[in-house]
Amino acid sequence: MKPMLIPMLLLLTPMSAQAATPEERGLEIATEIELRDTGFHDFKATMSMLLRNKHGEESLRDMRNQTLEMENDGDKTLVIFDEPRDVKGTALLSFSHKVGDDDQWLYLPALKRVKRIASRNKSGPFMGSEFAYEDISSQEVEKYTYKFIEESDYEGKPCFLIERYPVDPNSGYTRQQVWVDQERYISLKIDYYDRKNAPLKTLVFRGYQQYLNQYWRADEMHMENHQTGKSTLLTWKQYDFRTGLTDGDFNKNSLKRAR
Amino acid sequence: MSAWRWILLLIPGLLSAGEWSGFVELQGRHFPQQALNGDQSDRLLSVVAQPEYYQRWDQDKQSLLFVPFFRWDSADEERTHGDIRELIWIYAGDGWEARAGIGKVFWGVTEALHLVDVINQTDLVENPDGEQKLGQPMIKLSLERDWGILDLYALPGFRERTYPGEEGRLRTHPRVDKDKSGYESDREERPIDLALRWSHYIGDWDVGLAHFNGTSRDPLLTPDLNDQGEIVLTPFYEQMRQTSLDLQATKGDWLWKLEAIHRNSDSGSFNAATGGFEYTLVGIADTAMDLGVLGEYLYDDRQDEAETPFENDLFVGLRLTGNDVDGSELLAGVIKDLDDSGWMFNLEASRRIGNDWKVGAQAGLWSDIDEDDPLHNFHRDDYLEITISRYF
Repeated sequence: MKPMLIPMLLLLTPMSAQAATPEERGLEIATEIELRDTGFHDFKATMSMLLRNKHGEESLRDMRNQTLEMENDGDKTLVIFDEPRDVKGTALLSFSHKVGDDDQWLYLPALKRVKRIASRNKSGPFMGSEFAYEDISSQEVEKYTYKFIEESDYEGKPCFLIERYPVDPNSGYTRQQVWVDQERYISLKIDYYDRKNAPLKTLVFRGYQQYLNQYWRADEMHMENHQTGKSTLLTWKQYDFRTGLTDGDFNKNSLKRAR
Repeated sequence: MSAWRWILLLIPGLLSAGEWSGFVELQGRHFPQQALNGDQSDRLLSVVAQPEYYQRWDQDKQSLLFVPFFRWDSADEERTHGDIRELIWIYAGDGWEARAGIGKVFWGVTEALHLVDVINQTDLVENPDGEQKLGQPMIKLSLERDWGILDLYALPGFRERTYPGEEGRLRTHPRVDKDKSGYESDREERPIDLALRWSHYIGDWDVGLAHFNGTSRDPLLTPDLNDQGEIVLTPFYEQMRQTSLDLQATKGDWLWKLEAIHRNSDSGSFNAATGGFEYTLVGIADTAMDLGVLGEYLYDDRQDEAETPFENDLFVGLRLTGNDVDGSELLAGVIKDLDDSGWMFNLEASRRIGNDWKVGAQAGLWSDIDEDDPLHNFHRDDYLEITISRYF
């Protein structure tokens, strides 16, 4: 992603003064978000999901996430499941791509079996939660087209409101409205619209913390489904950046070792 | 055992710093039809315990996994059995991995049959589907390179297949008696089994090539008299060489799969293959559920001489995945013999209850099986199984 830097800086300065189309401004904001999040190299974190249905019944998911940043491609991610206990040790290896389907392998510890799985299904629930796989996978600029809507406030913070449209025809959404913090270039809220363009879900990011003096990560992501009344609170903990993960930590052997 | 002492010495403060998990399970099996033999029981109740101990150290480069297994069965004394599923030390190097101890390995891609999967012996008393395996002593070295992963196995020690006892169902008639098991090469002179496997992925293709040289996990069964003067089947384990290919293409919602083997031994050589597809319909009927449609063709060029009942058969299956909070799953499949009228049906379903409990059901039916088909042994053994598991 480094080669993008120079042209973007050239673009950014005159752009704010000159008139640009809403599409150009939207893309410019998305590119700046990615640019500011480039160079973290790798991180480890724990993820905990609290699933709640409309009757208030709760269910817990615990996972650990290891992510490796790739130059010129989407990230590599290994997710290891700890809870519920019957899927403990199950692990998912994903190589995300800027364009086209991701590569995904699922490890089933009871049978010691690694299965390459169809990754076209991006819109299905992740572990029965309100998060779809496409909501939590590596967010690459190329995965959407963009449109700047307006400058607007979210909870007192000046924001860019942009709309983005998934490029992938298998996405579960027609569009997403994203409130982007003007100062830090991070998402504060996303409204998702389903394939029929009806309001489907709202994701709110809370408790942003800065790591390595550059990279912002939210402690909490709260997803609410307006159509079913269900919600999922995803809590990120124990963020650890630049842990020394390499390509070798993201292959079928490491998938089988993951616990 | 000296190798074990060496491994144990490596581990400081063993059984103190690691973590325990595992499950206990209650299983009931009901056979509605009268058995072929009056000694066989119609109802079985059994209890399983499978704890799991895991510890890692040396900045996670080294780890130890210990998985003992025990089943108590109310009727079948052969099914009351224990095993060390895993007791293995793992060293993760930079671009390589070593494993030593008792381990479990799975090779392959297809669903109906696992032809290329030859490292571990089948724990057949567990389930007639043959997917439960006994722990295999092994030393494994694995190299991770740009051109794929190369696994080298040395497999000292051989495990005999387990078979249901006199009172058990889902067994042959006459039953298999392990007391007189024979081997092509004697225990003393038997060379250590060796295996080699290369696997890689290129774009949306996953490929594996393997070769195995050693004692066949699949015994020949021959009628004999045991010490009590009863007619029984006696297992005979040949030496064999098997070369295999497994291949999967992941194309959007389609998975295309192939497993092919060439095996030769003193009793002859043969080729066998299983190939087919799995197609997933995502979010059926405006729900979060996925429906998978599976189709596989099973071939063995020994035809009716084959030890396996699957020599010219078609498997068709449906997999329903709930994608719900309870992780509900259902898999139903039929295998139809294309040479005669016989078919078998299998259904598996499971869901979680709360965070720690799981219930499962399995049913098996055999219908119109020809008398000369190996599956004819099971034609009165249609069954329904219910399990309740508690994970900890």
